[in-house]
Amino acid sequence: MIKKIVHKHPLALRWFHWLNFPLLFVMIWSGMLIYWANDIYKIKIGETVLFNFFPESVYAFFGLSGQLAKGMAWHFAMMWLFTINGILYVLYTMISGEWRLILPTKNSFKEAWQVVLYDLGMKKILHAQEKYNAAQRVIYTLVIVMGFGSILTGWAIFRPIQISWLTTILGGYEAARLEHFVLTIIFMLFFIVHILQVIKAGWNNFQSIITGFEVKEKS
Amino acid sequence: MKEELTTDQQIRRKTVKAFVGFGIASLIPLGLWKWVNSSPRLNNALAPLRKTLEFNEKLTGKLLSNSHLAPTFPVSQAQKKVRVNGGVGLLDSIEKNYKVKIESGDLKFEVALDELKALPKHEIVFEFKCIEGWSQIQHWGGVRFVDVMNHYKIGQKDAENLYEYVGMETPDDKYYVGVDMPSMVHPQTILAYEMNGKPLLKKHGSPLRLIIPVKYGYKSLKKIGVIKFSDTRPKDYWALFGYDYFAGL
Repeated sequence: MIKKIVHKHPLALRWFHWLNFPLLFVMIWSGMLIYWANDIYKIKIGETVLFNFFPESVYAFFGLSGQLAKGMAWHFAMMWLFTINGILYVLYTMISGEWRLILPTKNSFKEAWQVVLYDLGMKKILHAQEKYNAAQRVIYTLVIVMGFGSILTGWAIFRPIQISWLTTILGGYEAARLEHFVLTIIFMLFFIVHILQVIKAGWNNFQSIITGFEVKEKS
Repeated sequence: MKEELTTDQQIRRKTVKAFVGFGIASLIPLGLWKWVNSSPRLNNALAPLRKTLEFNEKLTGKLLSNSHLAPTFPVSQAQKKVRVNGGVGLLDSIEKNYKVKIESGDLKFEVALDELKALPKHEIVFEFKCIEGWSQIQHWGGVRFVDVMNHYKIGQKDAENLYEYVGMETPDDKYYVGVDMPSMVHPQTILAYEMNGKPLLKKHGSPLRLIIPVKYGYKSLKKIGVIKFSDTRPKDYWALFGYDYFAGL
């Protein structure tokens, strides 16, 4: 077999990706320390609680109880780095043209479903995808939008009087807090699916976010 | 003479280089984490984090002015059952002739509740926000702090300048807060003696408490014993436990 090196991820993109990993992690961790102090959200049907965010065992397991001040201190420091990294990343995709590979196209939404079926083994053939497949385009773009949603909803609860117009647009203080929380939960779900997909895609794909290239067979 | 590398060799070299680089780069977040966590504590907050809180205060403090008002609500929306969160400093009984001690520079005197009640009364229905994350629409009545300052001519450092901070303490000095002057002269900041149109209950800080909507609830000290003015930050109960001193909303 003759191999060749195929360039995949530009260096800048790899930096943004890997800086975001610990930053988002610290934001979620410190966010959990804050949420613990008033952990009121539940999924309910009528009076039946389907899921409680979060059972005491979750806080105990991850060591998240009783550290509100610490959580706030970390959260309101790291928010700057998280925001700066996010803005630079978006600027980079815009300037480099990388956005064309990420932003969903007309067909992406329809095709994304085919990708999901294919990934679940319910569909045998998938027509050729570009650097990111249709599902990745939709989800990666959604995650970027969510990041900015987290920043906006965050500021709406951080300074609800000084930026009260933002808090009002988002439906008020309590609504903005819930939105901020829901976005975080979706980030957590994204993280789990992302990891599973990376494992499924295999080593050659994973190492490309570190090395920048993939090894392909020469045709 | 340099040999041409085979593709396999190239792949190996590039991969090793990238992974070594990745390992070195991961020392950046790891180092940051270690550095922050091994820093000394300033009032129970790690120094770099405390400094960032103060940076946030400077930055967003600039956004604050008397034109930024806390949104208000109709009285009908006010909670009848007002949440009680803290009882520190409320244990001792209230003396019959309750008076607030005021210290402003060389000026030291005591003010009785009735004297304050004689000043214009202001009511506010706003969303009280606790640093824990809950909020509640509450209805308070009392006298504007800025009116008290003007009436007694206190808080004035010299002809042009106000003191930078106001400190308040419970009579037993078990609970205390410090607030920046711009937030204290904010038109919604009141010394409250009524809740839901009735005199305060003991658990809500009778006979007189601070209600400062532009701050988290922990700044709204219950049962005011002492009011002091200063240019240095007065001691603050929760800030000493690692919380943000500014606590502005």
